[in-house]
Amino acid sequence: MIEQKENINNKLINNQEIVIQIEHLKKSFNKNAVLKDINMVVNEGENVVILGKSGIGKSVLIKCIVGLIYPDSGSLKVFNKEIAEMSSRELNTLRTKVGFIFQGNALYDSMTVKENLEFPLRRNKTITDPHIIDGLIVEALENVGLVDTIDKMPSELSGGMKKRIGLARTLILKPDIILYDEPTTGLDPLTSREISSLILKIQDKYKTSSIIISHDLNCAKITSNRMLILHEGVIRAEGKFNELKNSNDEWISSYFKTD
Amino acid sequence: MKLNIRKIFGNKVAKENQDEFDLSRFKNVEKILNEIGGLSRFTNNFFRELFRPPYEHTELLKQAYTIGLSTLPLIGITAFIMGLVLTLQSRPVMAEFGAESWLPGMVSVSIVREIGPVITALICAGKIGSGIGAELGSMRVTEQIDAMEVSGTNPIKYLVTTRVLATTFMIPILVFYSDAISFLGSYIAVNMHGFISFPLFINQAFDALHYNDLIPATIKTFFFGFAIGIISCYKGYFSENGTEGVGKAANSAVVISSLAIFIIDLVAVQLSEIFNIFSF
Ligand SMILES: Nc1ncnc2c1ncn2[C@@H]1O[C@H](COP(=O)(O)OP(=O)(O)OP(=O)(O)O)[C@@H](O)[C@H]1O
Ligand SMILES: [Mg+2]
Repeated sequence: MIEQKENINNKLINNQEIVIQIEHLKKSFNKNAVLKDINMVVNEGENVVILGKSGIGKSVLIKCIVGLIYPDSGSLKVFNKEIAEMSSRELNTLRTKVGFIFQGNALYDSMTVKENLEFPLRRNKTITDPHIIDGLIVEALENVGLVDTIDKMPSELSGGMKKRIGLARTLILKPDIILYDEPTTGLDPLTSREISSLILKIQDKYKTSSIIISHDLNCAKITSNRMLILHEGVIRAEGKFNELKNSNDEWISSYFKTD
Repeated sequence: MKLNIRKIFGNKVAKENQDEFDLSRFKNVEKILNEIGGLSRFTNNFFRELFRPPYEHTELLKQAYTIGLSTLPLIGITAFIMGLVLTLQSRPVMAEFGAESWLPGMVSVSIVREIGPVITALICAGKIGSGIGAELGSMRVTEQIDAMEVSGTNPIKYLVTTRVLATTFMIPILVFYSDAISFLGSYIAVNMHGFISFPLFINQAFDALHYNDLIPATIKTFFFGFAIGIISCYKGYFSENGTEGVGKAANSAVVISSLAIFIIDLVAVQLSEIFNIFSF
């Protein structure tokens, strides 16, 4: 009975489920209070872009979602389950459903591209047939347009290629949620746009829900369904790209100034 | 007469100096205790993951192979010179007592009991320990360890158990290899002043050795290997502060494992002494 009520609560007006729900989340490192009171939701199939100054705690926030960092207090539910209450097995299962793109790619630099992609696959799926595994690897590389790098080492790739391989490594597990930590930072405008459209393509093709952290307004404009601005430990503003950009509030629109 | 600091430097200075001194002293103690606590927790985690499937055989073999192969030449050269020099140095003393024929026996006992295991372990602490510390450290700061964790792999299992097992079992093997090469060096040194056939040399060398020498010496090498592995992994796994931290991790991996080797050696010598008293 209670369960049913919860389900009704979680349905939005247009029948979307909430996949990530964060309430009163707090996290500090020693005396440095980074997240003070975070409240936000991500709906199914939605791309949420988070803007915020450098060092404000954006990476910390999404690391909490995959259990890499444990919050001090507050509630953090993914697929309606509290992260803090999960056993390590449950957490592992969840992690296969939540893809995480690291700010610095985090490709395993002692492994080739192929081994990098194989790594999550061999450990999580029960597939052992090498033909199927190869097929999945090629599919993931095709998605990011880098099939010819399959036997290269990460050190032989350019920054943009590494970003895309990182994306492929996450995609290979077909996650339901993807958390992108600055996917376009440090790339030229052309490559940035390619990655942004890739994010859209993935959303469309695999019906994923995502949180995208970005300073890149173009990327935000292309990929976002909704945007949040993180400032001093709280979500200070929320809205669609154009709403925030044309906001009357000086403070909000200052994030969108390009000159 | 007592010196009164307060009178000489004024009240304030004396008090401040005292406070500072006390604080730093406690900080150091706290740091060491923290370190010991962290290492014990890490060791505990290691054992928990060790017996939990799935087992990472491929990675274990790869690590063992790399450890063996990378240290083989260095240990070979060092062990050869060690055997040679030890024999050359001991010869005049032995000759003085007219005990030259005991030279192979004396050298073999010192190599097998003490010098072989300790020197090999120290070389491994330098070569393997720094390697593991730096590798895991850079994996930590470039978030590769986090990436493993979020892809549903336990990094302690995949990275740490394999490396610690590899050092635990490879170092005893390397010690055997090192002992053998030292014997060769010693044989050549003996032959520099006269002639003794190889079978005779080996006979004399092994005659002097007892199980009481061999068994404790072998057992302690497993502990050396374990200490090198677990300490280096610990330092690397928890390294922080970017690239600077990687250097620090590698450095303290070597320093602390070397220290641990001497401490284990000391304990091992004491224990085998007690064991000897009881067995006779
Ligand atoms: N493991 C940690 N230990 C201590 N402090 C940390 C840790 N991780 C992050 N912090 C602190 O938390 C704050 C936020 O860091 P975070 O990496 O989330 O910033 P960010 O918003 O992602 O910045 P950027 O846009 O530069 O990536 C920083 O002040 C940082 O010093
Ligand atoms: Mg960040």
